Amino acid sequence: MSSRDTILKAIRKSQREATPMPTLEQDWLRFDDPIEQFTTVLESVGGKCIQVGSRSEINDRLTEFPQFESANVRASTIEGLGQPTVSLDTIDDPHNVENVDFAVLAGEFAVAENGAVWVTDETLKHRVLHFITQHLALVVPAKSVVNNMHEAYRLLSFESRRFGTFISGPSKTADIEQSLVIGAHGPRSHVVFLVGDES
Amino acid sequence: MKHATAAAKFVANDERSHWHDKALWFVRSKRDRMANSVPEWELLRETASAIKAYTMTHMAELLEQFEENATRLGATVHWAKDAAEHNEIVHRLLRDHDVKKLVKSKSMLTEECHLNPFLEKHGIEVTDTDLGEWLVQLRNEPPSHIVMPAIHIKKEEVGELFHRVLGTDEGASDPPYLAEAARTALRQKFMEADAGLTGVNFAIADTGGIVVCTNEGNADLGVSLPKLHIASMGIEKLIPQAEHLGVFLRLLARSATGQPITTYSSHFHGPRPDGELHIILVDNGRSKLLASEEFHRSLNCIRCGACMNTCPVYRRTGGHSYGTTVPGPIGSILAPSRDAKEHSTLPYACSLCGSCTDVCPVKIDLHHQLLTWRKEIAALGYVSLDKSVPMKFASAVFRRPWLYRLAGRVARNVVPWLPRFMLYNPLNVWGRRRELPEFPKESFQQAYARRQKTSGKRSLR
Repeated sequence: MSSRDTILKAIRKSQREATPMPTLEQDWLRFDDPIEQFTTVLESVGGKCIQVGSRSEINDRLTEFPQFESANVRASTIEGLGQPTVSLDTIDDPHNVENVDFAVLAGEFAVAENGAVWVTDETLKHRVLHFITQHLALVVPAKSVVNNMHEAYRLLSFESRRFGTFISGPSKTADIEQSLVIGAHGPRSHVVFLVGDES
Repeated sequence: MKHATAAAKFVANDERSHWHDKALWFVRSKRDRMANSVPEWELLRETASAIKAYTMTHMAELLEQFEENATRLGATVHWAKDAAEHNEIVHRLLRDHDVKKLVKSKSMLTEECHLNPFLEKHGIEVTDTDLGEWLVQLRNEPPSHIVMPAIHIKKEEVGELFHRVLGTDEGASDPPYLAEAARTALRQKFMEADAGLTGVNFAIADTGGIVVCTNEGNADLGVSLPKLHIASMGIEKLIPQAEHLGVFLRLLARSATGQPITTYSSHFHGPRPDGELHIILVDNGRSKLLASEEFHRSLNCIRCGACMNTCPVYRRTGGHSYGTTVPGPIGSILAPSRDAKEHSTLPYACSLCGSCTDVCPVKIDLHHQLLTWRKEIAALGYVSLDKSVPMKFASAVFRRPWLYRLAGRVARNVVPWLPRFMLYNPLNVWGRRRELPEFPKESFQQAYARRQKTSGKRSLR
């Protein structure tokens, strides 16, 4: 018998009486001002949130960041933003984006309760860029901020092959005596631009 | 080794024991602040507990559903009945892909299976990339905590280690400086790796995806550069539906480290377009535990470590005292399920205070299960003589009121006059770190009778 059958048989042999599935339809936490909550929580985890009226303001606001100004290699997946110095689509091997200093990437939506932004690799050839760039800026529609993780999962479906991750702040570690260090392996800074009405 | 014997070494350094205690209490306090900030915290715990109960009573069909969906997405699902088979599968995959260098992110399962030494024996370089795990790997010791593997190590010791291994400045102990040195060294490892291996926090039956949570981003770096991603998971990591992640991700990081969510919660549904994803489902004793009437609920554990952070015994004695992959309260339930004789002292490394049960995000009745284990271990005859003989003696006394009264009288009148060496000697295990209280002049019964005589019966109420 294969290990698969051995395991499944052992489980079936001792299967307990079925218990019911609980409901997720509950009165979960909501906020009067989800954007304000998102901003506060993101700051508490080492990130920064900037609200802008339209995308065109982002380039100006980026110049406020010394890490953007001093970046030698910049990448962007958003047309007209982030003054990219490399063309991501012409890079075949993900190892070759290791030198990116500043990346401007798209986020789908944001979660107020924990400062997280949902990102995917749908418009990004190398998903590693989210984690390997020295500094990360995410551009997210302001109207997409949801209250909590239950609302977040209502927006998600996983029917086809895809990668997605919630990112909440810059990479961090507290493995040396519980001292928080920002920039463990991944980005050393993390900024989210919440963009107003896109019409 | 007995927990008390191993713990004696740790607590011998009083300063370190208290330092360790404080570090963990700090994390516990952060957890409390986070839990208190969510008004529906108890509802979340109850819901999580019910989802896990559902999963455990539908385990076989959910595993099949997971396999079917993961396969449809292009992943390859493997089944391993024990640690040896798991390690063989990993090794075969690495050999087939000609992998010389492997980067790993945190996986307690591969610790449980002792994967690293197995692969190293076969000439594969394995690097644990979680900073804490890398520290313990470099020190050639196991993690002492499941979430904070290096919680027992001081920054000065990290400084010495890095000076030796990485050539950092001698005497440097500044955490940002040391973390930066690790970042540089490990980035090189990520760039050179031929494959990445991760653990799994949650596997979703109805989508066939897996979720991996880290703060450092090491899991994502490890599996987004090389083409081969191996994910090892115990079968209990399963959850029925993707929307259940809403419940578990709200609980996990808040309970573990007092964060609102981990920095990265990555959802892998199938491999990268040009890559391969292999998911290994490991039993290694889990189906046996699932069959246990008393202890099956311990499989609900989502490995947040909150029970360790709050445990007064764990905090003061350190994770290595347990001698198991998973230490602390949950480890003291899981380990005897594997080998009751070997780990017979762990359920006694507990004051039954119940704090673990109070903080557990999936409401495992930890201290009840620990008490139940004590009964089992006694029934199996694994209780050591220094515990079983006094217990038998106490039982004999308590069953005979006359003997109880006599023993009390003797104790009150004789013990205070005994020389110290007769009371505190190797036979008195209890007295090793404790002092007897001052003995009263009269027994409770005598005191009660006297009080009744002087103040009348009303004092009864």
